[in-house]
Amino acid sequence: MVRIHRSPLAAVAISLAPMVSMAHGADKPTDPQIAHIAYTAGVIDIEAADLALKKTHNKAVRSFAEEMARDHAAVNKQALALVKKLDVTPEDNATSRSLADAAAKKREELSGLQGRAFDKAYAENEVAYHRAVNSALETTLIPGAENGELKSLLRTGLKLFQEHQHHAEHLVGELK
Amino acid sequence: MKGARIIPRAVVAGGLLAGLSAAWGAESHVHVITVDKLAFGPAPKGLHVDDIVEWTNGDILRHTATAADGSFDVDLPPGGKGRALLKRAGVLLYTCRFHPGMKGRLEVAP
Repeated sequence: MVRIHRSPLAAVAISLAPMVSMAHGADKPTDPQIAHIAYTAGVIDIEAADLALKKTHNKAVRSFAEEMARDHAAVNKQALALVKKLDVTPEDNATSRSLADAAAKKREELSGLQGRAFDKAYAENEVAYHRAVNSALETTLIPGAENGELKSLLRTGLKLFQEHQHHAEHLVGELK
Repeated sequence: MKGARIIPRAVVAGGLLAGLSAAWGAESHVHVITVDKLAFGPAPKGLHVDDIVEWTNGDILRHTATAADGSFDVDLPPGGKGRALLKRAGVLLYTCRFHPGMKGRLEVAP
């Protein structure tokens, strides 16, 4: 499932493909799986932000990465509180694993870049990543969630990630 | 020195109160705008110069209320609140610096 690909969008799209196809298949994700996928998606972006904070010297990239780390940590904290309240144990699954694998490869690729090349690649990947996660939220995770509170948290997550996507697009424009 | 020690509390408290009411006027109104799910609540009606707008952030996310004309830049920590004094009449547009899709508009009468 996971392939190294030149285009960050394609790489993320490939990694998210099973999530999207689940909507139509018999193996629709369950709430514990949806919670796990959403949480994993947040952790991945926090790790990407941590890498950016270590590597970048660009003020706009730094402030964007700080925002990503702060917002995703806040949403994940809320998600943990919710699963605890609902007595749901997030369940690892193929989609979470392929997301994490693709992210590890991307991180390795980004780690090898320096300066402007890093900043550009990081910002472009943030656009592609948020776009892919948003599409998964819209088409699979939100419609698939059975619990109302989980659904509502995912909706807030979607709104937030759309903001992040716009911010990332703006950042890509600034770095040109 | 001894006398100075006796005065403080009441006088300082009185002074502070006087200072506050001078700054924010006895007739200045506080208008509350709630921030929730990445959106500013509706703009209050009847805003006037010297009124105060208070944003209450119900989100788990940090936001700001930042005026396009630079007249205020209020930090809104998650679950926290912040205030701005309306200094000028006119239309004031503001956004969140972190989430620019969040937009607000205040109409301030003289």
